[in-house]
Amino acid sequence: MEQHLGTGVQLVEHRRLKLRRRLAPYFLSAPGSLWLLLFFLLPLVFMASVSLQTGNLLQGFRMTWHFANYSDALSLYHVQFVRSLIYGSIATGITLVVSYPLAYWIAFHGGRYKNTLLLLILLPFFVTFVIRTLAWEFILSDQGIVLGTLKHWHLLPQNYHVLATSTAVIAGIAYNYLPFMALPLYVALEKIDRTVVEAARDLYSSNRAVFSHVILPLSLPGVFAGLLLTFVPAVGDYVNAAILGGTNNVMIGNIIQLKYLQDFDYPLASALSFILMAALLIGIFIYARALGTRQIEEYV
Amino acid sequence: MSVATAREISTPRAEMAPRRERHKRWTRFVLPVYAWLVIVYLMVPIAVMIIYSFNNSGFKKVSFRWLGFTTTYYKHLFAIPDLTASMKNSLVVAVVSTLIATAFGTLWALALVRYRYRGKQTSEFVMFLNIAAPEIVLGASLLSLFVTFGVPRNLVTIIIAHVMFNVAFVAITVRARLTGFDLTVEEAAKDLGANAWTTFWKVTFPLIWPGILAGALLAFALSIDDFIITNFVAGATQTFPLWVWGVSRVGIPPQVFVMGTLIFMVGLLLAVGNIVLQRRKAREG
Repeated sequence: MEQHLGTGVQLVEHRRLKLRRRLAPYFLSAPGSLWLLLFFLLPLVFMASVSLQTGNLLQGFRMTWHFANYSDALSLYHVQFVRSLIYGSIATGITLVVSYPLAYWIAFHGGRYKNTLLLLILLPFFVTFVIRTLAWEFILSDQGIVLGTLKHWHLLPQNYHVLATSTAVIAGIAYNYLPFMALPLYVALEKIDRTVVEAARDLYSSNRAVFSHVILPLSLPGVFAGLLLTFVPAVGDYVNAAILGGTNNVMIGNIIQLKYLQDFDYPLASALSFILMAALLIGIFIYARALGTRQIEEYV
Repeated sequence: MSVATAREISTPRAEMAPRRERHKRWTRFVLPVYAWLVIVYLMVPIAVMIIYSFNNSGFKKVSFRWLGFTTTYYKHLFAIPDLTASMKNSLVVAVVSTLIATAFGTLWALALVRYRYRGKQTSEFVMFLNIAAPEIVLGASLLSLFVTFGVPRNLVTIIIAHVMFNVAFVAITVRARLTGFDLTVEEAAKDLGANAWTTFWKVTFPLIWPGILAGALLAFALSIDDFIITNFVAGATQTFPLWVWGVSRVGIPPQVFVMGTLIFMVGLLLAVGNIVLQRRKAREG
């Protein structure tokens, strides 16, 4: 053994191996983490910088520390901000209420068809997001399959409409993001140790008590993950509002994309999306601190 | 004492029977009916897309009214050059970005599972932020970067964006599959004289392959469907979702529903194939 370590070559070799082991994780994670650094974190810095500039597309933009972009953004578009938060919250609430019993049923009574049932819930994801929303426009249109028929039978007044109302937008968002809620709920419910439930039953706990004292608390991590995964995209969504919402249901996402892509008012647009990001990130951060990121990632 | 216990036990037991009955009704009837209603509701737009891809409403736009069954638009799927070009772009972006994201994400996952290193927690937190951040902010901030440096927006910027939103998803998916991985198999290979390269390709890779495939499929699905981020970084380049969005104000030609139906079918086939494979494996294992 001593002889073994004593030879210089072996020692160098040993050191090189150790160094390689030390450096290996950095080499392995370098491409991915550099990509996120360059195209995810750095852009956030530049967005912050653009949000403090003034100018226009023709003459170029200059850094002027123009904080007024932020007050302008808030005073001009606070209505859309608040509306986005309200629509996002209602839609998220709907997805939770609708998908909890569904996830519960699959997890506890799905039997050998669990995977197939899960696939059915995921099917909407196989249809392009924009097309899904256009299909709802089709379904809900004033003379479409549903309203047209009901009006034909005089069950609804002729001027009744769903499109271009807040109901249509919220329903669209709830539909599009429902699987984001249902999946983490299912994973959490599925994970619950059945012997714990049995134990509660053996101790003569009523079905209601089993649910409220055992199943519900154990499924809470899934509920939290689902809330996060649904609420964030729901607030930032602009496809549903654009297709189903008409002119009175404009959300903050619509304004941001309009300012960026049609008005080329980059500073104001950056200020708007920075506010949105800050608001959501602070929320996410508190959430992640309270629950741990791993907890949420498990349900992605 | 014993009397008291007996009474305590006997009272709930007497109540148990009707309660069980009620519970049975609930789980046997109410819940399944409700669940199937939700599932049907989830299927409605898909059904509309498929059915209306057969509606004989002329080449200009799909009509809300049913005008008869036809398969014309399946035969003339590529009759709209712009639509075909956008679909081609979507496929190119999806394939290229999936390959890059899968390679990078897998390596990253290996680092996360195998090693303790400085910066590990930070990189996990960045991944989490990347997944949790609203898509619109990802797109908008990337556009800010490109605008600042005067980078022209085209297929390349779209691919950059898609790798950016996919790499963390792949890493997390692969990591989940790697966590239960038995490291001693690798040790054994090394003891038998295999070098690192051979060990990876002959031992590690075949074992983690299902995880990599799952990550790649997820990346491909996310990429081909993405609208919100792509819309910001595409410039004048069109992908399939962008093209559909663009024409939706004027009216969508039936081929859009045909394309949508075909994408749906491919996805469905892959998923069903996966379930069947897993079943077979479970039976064999």
